[in-house]
Parts: sequence; C-alpha cells; structure tokens
Amino acid sequence: MIKVDENGFYGKFGGAFIPEMLYPNIEELRENYLPIINSSEFQKEFRYLLKDYVGRPTPLFLAERMSEKYKAKIYLKREDLCHTGAHKVNNTVGQIILAKKLGKKRIIAETGAGQHGVATATVCALMGMDCTVYMGAVDIERQKPNVERMRILGAKVVPATSGSQTLKDATNEAMRQWINNPVDTHYIIGSVVGPHPYPEMVATFQSVISEEIKAQLLEKEGRENPDLVIACVGGGSNAAGSFYHYYNEPSVRLIAVEAAGLGVFSGKSAATTSLGKLGILHGSRTLLMQTEDGQVVEPHSISAGLDYPGIGPVHAHLFDTGRGEFIAVEDEDAMVAGIELSRLEGIIPAIETAHAFSALNQLSYNASDIIVINVSGRGDKDLETYIKWGNY
Amino acid sequence: MNRVDELFKKKSTNILSIYFTAGFPALEDTLPIMKAIEAAGADIIEIGIPYSDPIADGPTIQDSNLVALNNGMSLRKLFSQLADMRKEVALPVILMGYLNPVVQYGIEDFCQKCKEVGVDGLILPDLPMNQYLSEYKPFFDKYDLRNTFLISPQTSEHRIREIDEHTDGFIYMVSSASITGAKSAISDEQLAYFERVRNMHLKNPRLIGFGISDRASFKSAASYSHGAIIGSAFINVLKAAKDQEKEIIAYIKGIIND
Ligand SMILES: Cc1ncc(COP(=O)(O)O)c(C=O)c1O
Repeated sequence: MIKVDENGFYGKFGGAFIPEMLYPNIEELRENYLPIINSSEFQKEFRYLLKDYVGRPTPLFLAERMSEKYKAKIYLKREDLCHTGAHKVNNTVGQIILAKKLGKKRIIAETGAGQHGVATATVCALMGMDCTVYMGAVDIERQKPNVERMRILGAKVVPATSGSQTLKDATNEAMRQWINNPVDTHYIIGSVVGPHPYPEMVATFQSVISEEIKAQLLEKEGRENPDLVIACVGGGSNAAGSFYHYYNEPSVRLIAVEAAGLGVFSGKSAATTSLGKLGILHGSRTLLMQTEDGQVVEPHSISAGLDYPGIGPVHAHLFDTGRGEFIAVEDEDAMVAGIELSRLEGIIPAIETAHAFSALNQLSYNASDIIVINVSGRGDKDLETYIKWGNY
Repeated sequence: MNRVDELFKKKSTNILSIYFTAGFPALEDTLPIMKAIEAAGADIIEIGIPYSDPIADGPTIQDSNLVALNNGMSLRKLFSQLADMRKEVALPVILMGYLNPVVQYGIEDFCQKCKEVGVDGLILPDLPMNQYLSEYKPFFDKYDLRNTFLISPQTSEHRIREIDEHTDGFIYMVSSASITGAKSAISDEQLAYFERVRNMHLKNPRLIGFGISDRASFKSAASYSHGAIIGSAFINVLKAAKDQEKEIIAYIKGIIND
C-alpha cells in the first residue's frame, strides 16, 4: 500500500525535518488541513473553481498519430489546457482556499519554471491576496514570459541569488521568508516536496488528474485502468496526481520520467533516483543528489521545472519499493520529443512534459496496451528555449 | 564531566557564546579563531558546520557557508582540524549544523567522533524532537553530548515545556521570528517574550541568539536569561579583520568587559 503514515512518512521517506521556528506553522497546517479540505464547504468551493475557473475536467485525448507511431493506444491527459497552462493551478486553487480558511493574509511561493509562480499569482489575484514569489536568478532569465505574467497579475517576483540560483535556492528563500513571517503568511509549495503535510496535501489536490482519468477511460474504453501512466518528475506533483488513484492498482505501470540533463553521469543532470542517496532536503527525508560530505549538488536540466536535486518522498518510496519505474531523459531527447508531439498532434508541450514523451523510446510494452501520458503543461513559456535550440 | 554542564554549574549570568563558520574566512582559521575566542574571555565556542542550503540563515551566514565550502571545508576536514584542540582549548565546544551532512557522515560515527575530539554538545536546527528521541538520542547519550533545541516567540508554552524536558544542555531562544542576521536593537515585543519565558522557570538554562550584535543587545538579552549567542555580527568582524586575533579579542572584550 502506498499511503502516508501519521508522521508524514511513506516508508522511510518524508517526515518534517524543519527548524523549530517553522514548527508552529507546520503544526497549524498539519492539524487543520484534513478537517478543512474534507469539509463540504471547502469541497464545494474547490470543485466549483476547478470547473468554472480552471476549466476542468481536462480532456483525455486519443492521440491517433502518436499511437500509430509508437504502436500502442496512447491517450493524452490535457493538463496543458488548465487555466494558466499547466497542472500547477490545481494545487494553488486548493491551497489558496485553505489559506483563506486559516485566516492568512499573505502568500509566498517558490517557482522554477515560473508555472507554479504564475498559478500562485493567479489565485492570489482572484482572492485579493498579497503575493510574493521567489525565483532563482537563472530561472528569471530563462523563463522571462512567466516572470512578466506574474508581475502583470500583481505579484512581486524576488530573485534568489544564492547557490545555483534555481528552484532549490528559490525554495530555500521561501522557507527563510516563512520563518521571518510566521503568523499571517501561508507558503504555497508547488510540488509534492517539503515537510509533512505538504507532500500529501499537494498530492491530494493534484489527485483530481487520476480521478478524471479513471472516469474518462471508463467511458472511452470500458475500463478504469490503463496499462501504463507516464509523467515527468521535477518534485513530482503532476506525476503524483496522475498516479494517485493507481498507487494500489498493481496492474497499472507507473512510469516516472526524470531529467538526465546532458547525461545521467555527465555531472550536469537532475536524475535523482540514479544519482541520489538518502538525505534531507527542504524538510523531508528523501533521495537527494549530494556529495560524500552531504552538500547538495547543483542539478542541471534544460527545463527549469525539472531542475531540482531531490524528488518528493512519495516518489522516493515508489522507487525504493519498485512500485514505480524511473526513466531518465536527456535534454536533447526531450527537445526532439517536444517537436515530435507538436508535429504529430498539434500540441507544443512544456519542455518538462516533453521528457515524459521521450520515455516512449525507452519503454517496452505491448501493442494492445493503453498508455496515458500526462501533458503537464504547454510550451508557450519555453518558446525561447525552443528557438535557441533551433533544431526544427 | 561534560564542559557544558561544568560551565552552567559555575556560571549562570552573562554567558557569552560565540558562533563562527568552520573554514571561514580561510580554511585553516578554525583553531586560531577558537584560541582567540578563549583568550578574549567568552564562555562557549559554537562551530558551524558549513552547508550548501542553510535555510535558517540570513545572508551573512549563508555567505560564510559558501566561502567555507569553496575553501574546501567538510565535516571530515573539520574533525581533522579539531583532533588536537583539547591541547589548546578548554572552553565548551558545540557543533552547530544542518542535519544532512551529519546523516551522510553517519549519526553514530559522527557522535563518536565528536566525543573523541572533545566536542561537548550539538545544535542541529532541522532535527525535529520526535526524530531526535526515536533515532538520535541514544547516540547523544552514549557519547555524552548535550543536545540543544531552539524555541522562538511562536513556540507554544506546551511545546516549550516539552523541549525543556528533552533538552540537557541549554535552550537556544531565537530572539525573534527571524532567520539569523545581525540587528541593531531589541524591541519591546522581544523583551516581553524574554520575560514570558523567564517566568516559566524552566529546568534548563537559556541562551538568547539571532540578532545579538553588540554590547547593548548582549546585556539586554543577558538580563533576561543566562546569556546570549553572537553569530552574524562576529562573522562580520572576521570578514573585515586585518589582524584577526587582535580584532577578535577587542570585539569580545568590548562586549563583556565593564
Ligand atoms: C509543465 C510542468 N510540468 C512539470 C513540472 C514539474 O513539477 P512536478 O514534478 O511537481 O509536476 C513543472 C514545474 O514547473 C511544469 O511547469
């Protein structure tokens, strides 16, 4: 069974390894989040916003030309059609309602690709909440359109200038600012990472993805379970959402795709399950890319959203138990897969998402298999990277 | 006898603990800095184990961590520098650091090594109490290491009592809702928190840290507790120092001497 225990562990991964200064914040969340999100009042507002604001359910689309090329029945779960262009908004809608119910006045968030930052800035605008987003200075450079979107939406974007100046540093900075503002501020974490209860809470909000896949597949195929579900993993929220209702369905293969950067062993990679060892990052015990001395290694991926040296504890557990299959895709192969999806199905994916598609080349499966690939986001934010790469 | 216990037995006011990051400003500065702190008359030496992702630290200590790592500091290197420290340093020595390097070293190996070189206590801010009790405490006890937990203005009375029960060196009172960093003055709100905790009559001594930077803030904090800890402000002294030993001694004397 894949299930979080009362201390926030999935097997040996998870927990809440936080400085005492954050304990009251985390404890407040831990005590309140389940009663709040299980209340009918919360569910009513959450479901309403997912439907009329986010535009859910997102389609499950039979990709015929992809299916023909890859010799299987391939369905695309169109999270790219969510308002703001990625799955991230499922989580921010849930967390902003929660923050309101907790009486919080300010929101802070970290962002890598900027998708989570945009999704946070969006719901803050919707709810009239003050919003500050921390973003690595390197990511600010490579995801400019999203930086401007956040600003247009009224958020303050603050560069994180320490370390590798990417997602992990933005997360460090957000945590520091939460320590500095412990009472009136809620921290909306953007993936299934961080101290308990964040990983489970974010997964719960994202689980709408597999909830819908089940219903949609039943309608189209007369069965709820595909043979494979494929999703990319940065921290792992779109993957957790896509896998959630299949964790305990052993016939469904769960394929998690990590970024191999310039090659898993090139020293420029973000393939955590290949390179990581047990460690502690951002408040949870998980697999972590680190040196012998326990210093966090600076990751690399062409996609800012996968450029993270750890993975959410639930994914470390899926890896450890063998329940999940982990695949690493290099920058170049991801770019090629992104162009291929554009040409075959008329869908330009985010470069994060493109990694999931490239995994088809590494997997073996049967021609009769039904494969669901989560299209976690659209590629508009990555146009500059596509253009710079130029090979199309 | 553990030197932390010994200190609190003979002294209960105006205790000054000085924090610095191992390997900053130069790799081999560790022992010279310790000796200067002792010569100046401080009471406790707190050595920071540098870490790539110090989430409870402000820019000054983030920076000293980065410099130290770039200088080649590591936990192994630090233990080798401390191997003979007890020939030259008599003060209680506490290591402060984030959990991940300790986990990589191996918790039992780490505790054993601390004991071997003469470390007296540990402050691991991201080691939560429940994990400490279930996985770490047996090793701390076995190797006679004192454990210090932090509390902040937001820590509930119930939680403070719990922390007091499981602390066996001193309690580290974080002076405000804040990451580390030198500040200029102590506010009335902070004084009210110091007072509130003082009136709880905890079994452990209390040292106040974060934002203590000079004689005035030290005296003010120490008047509500057993003493205070200076970190970022000391790092700033090291950063600017031309004659390191002389300036360390002058700075510390300026804080403690009347
Ligand atoms: C489109 C898209 N997919 C995937 C991710 C990776 O995040 P996660 O692994 O949490 O789904 C991101 C992150 O920014 C993203 O923007």
